[in-house]
Amino acid sequence: MSTARIIDELINAWGDAPKLRAFLNAHSFPLVQDSHVTFVWIGQADAVNVRHWVYGLESSTTLTRAPNTDLWHLTLEIPGNSRVEYKFEILREGRAEWIEDPLNPNRARDPFGANSVLQSAGYVSPDWTQPDELARPGLLERIRVPSRTYGHRVVQVYLPARYRKTRRYPLLVVHDGSDFLNYTGMKTVLDNLIHRLEIPELVVAFTDSPDRLREYAADEGHAGYVTNDLLPFMNAKFPLIDEPRARCLLGASFGAVASFSTAVRHPGVWGRLLLQSGSFAFTDIGRRNRRGPLFDRIVEFVNAYREKPTAMSQRVFVTCGVYESLIYENRSLVPLLDATGMQVKFVEARDGHNWQNWRDRLREGLSWLFPGPLMFVYE
Amino acid sequence: MSVDATPTRTAVLLGAQRFQPTLAAAVRETGVKGRIALVTAGWQEREDEDEELVQHLDGNTINLMLYKRGEQLFREDREFALAHKERQNLLRSLQDVYRLRLERALDAEAVVRLSKQPESIRHEVEQACIDAIRDLDAWHLYQCAKVRAEFNEKWKPLQRPAIARHRGDLIESLSDCGAIAIAGGHVAVLVNRLLLFGLESLIGARTVFAWSAGAMAVSQRVVLFHDDPPQGQGASEVLDAGLGLVPNVVVFPEPETRLKLDDGVHVGLIARRFAPSRCIALPARASVVLHDGKVVRTSGAVHLNHAGDSLPS
Repeated sequence: MSTARIIDELINAWGDAPKLRAFLNAHSFPLVQDSHVTFVWIGQADAVNVRHWVYGLESSTTLTRAPNTDLWHLTLEIPGNSRVEYKFEILREGRAEWIEDPLNPNRARDPFGANSVLQSAGYVSPDWTQPDELARPGLLERIRVPSRTYGHRVVQVYLPARYRKTRRYPLLVVHDGSDFLNYTGMKTVLDNLIHRLEIPELVVAFTDSPDRLREYAADEGHAGYVTNDLLPFMNAKFPLIDEPRARCLLGASFGAVASFSTAVRHPGVWGRLLLQSGSFAFTDIGRRNRRGPLFDRIVEFVNAYREKPTAMSQRVFVTCGVYESLIYENRSLVPLLDATGMQVKFVEARDGHNWQNWRDRLREGLSWLFPGPLMFVYE
Repeated sequence: MSVDATPTRTAVLLGAQRFQPTLAAAVRETGVKGRIALVTAGWQEREDEDEELVQHLDGNTINLMLYKRGEQLFREDREFALAHKERQNLLRSLQDVYRLRLERALDAEAVVRLSKQPESIRHEVEQACIDAIRDLDAWHLYQCAKVRAEFNEKWKPLQRPAIARHRGDLIESLSDCGAIAIAGGHVAVLVNRLLLFGLESLIGARTVFAWSAGAMAVSQRVVLFHDDPPQGQGASEVLDAGLGLVPNVVVFPEPETRLKLDDGVHVGLIARRFAPSRCIALPARASVVLHDGKVVRTSGAVHLNHAGDSLPS
């Protein structure tokens, strides 16, 4: 059935409560017909907009009210396999209220609350992100890390199931660690990928910063903390493989900048990098990027790297959503990394600057950086 | 090419045991008397964490601790340990070269198959592609055997005092055992430890129970496989010869998560590639009983055939 006919059917049901209820129960919202997606909102308002975070579409698009009804609808063309986070902006008597879509149960949480999630045709939430009762659970413990730079920091350390001190493990350091645990379900992801033998058993340090916009903005002090404080501490406390190939930095957005900057400032220490939607702002002329003063130090740092790219690591996995404005910066960085001779893999996704995008790329990134014993272990 | 071993009198190959153990029932069914010697070397550092397995077999077991013995041996006999490490590096290099060549041969087979050749030559060119893959597999097995033979010739491992002492212990441990049970785990480590102590020559007429990597290790050829890995398209590759206790069978454990059994073309290719050996998938709860190298009974196992079917074996 075409999108137009479905909308007609919905409008025709207006005024007939049982029929309308039956229609709503029979469909998932937004309505997805191939590449056409129809947003629906029901209620009294002066105007209704969809607010989304898709770079390239107008950031606000207005729903049309069906005549003589409180039914509002808007059809957009969204490519298959896309995830789009959005809210409705309801305008009444000059006031605007942003709400989640009451007809759509799909939500994505982030540090600022939650958004509704549109999953276009073909998108499937990966099964390895869901708890698997067959996967042996690892342990999380909070550890106080002494630091010459910061006094001390608390880090959450993940130890894989069946952890043994007689084994040696790779180390993964995750920036914005608490957010990765809370919003990507990263403990579940690690448990599952280890269970499936797609990555080796590894030790993970989930770090946080009380001032991430400063410390993660290519800050030398942060790079020193991670390399000179956290790494030796982890090496002393846990049985780690003390080689660059077994050390990885992971971060998203500013966290990716922090990872990248740490590796550049300490070349040869971190052999693996997983950079997600990095805020790699730069300029081709002038020192100020359109993104504002928060990015000034990043611009300075990235410009310097662009001037003289170095092979500071061995393998770098870069990922970015095509619906992010940062896709330009990330696409620009990849050839520079590639030209240094490092192994570089770049993956784009039809998604935005959000935690589910970063979650959905973890399997491909981690299994490429740290291939598991899948072909050798048959339990 | 396998190591010198005659088929064990009775061998029972089982599906994965972690969630649905069937070993105890299989032991009862075969009427084995005496203790059961356990090999859990594939579990590596966790070799001695065998409580569940011991309990499952009512405690009448002895773990041969081949992994630990290997580590101890390498500490004791440094000269041999270095030579062994060098040989392993050589085998790894061979595997890398073989894998590179294999990827291209597998690609060629797929391209030719999909290119819709004229009917009059189709069968012949497709068979030529499969033969090229078979030749590569055979070349790899030959090279591995050559490396092992040269190593054995030069170092005579079984005559080295430390290994001879461990073998003496093993003979004593096995003396009141009616069977040996070889668990899964890391198949390369497992095969290495079994060969290191020449276990195939100590088993004698004892019944062998083996599952997952254990079942692969006792067969003639060890084939690594996964159809849906997180990187790449997935492929099967020969690792090396196994112990050869179970001849003419290639074992595919955990097919539930590793094999696309509903892909007829893929299944047919596996069967034709490893013919005349029988390709047998072993899902959980499956069993295959062999006597003097011949399959005498199966339950739940899946036979991969040339037509691309995966039929109850």
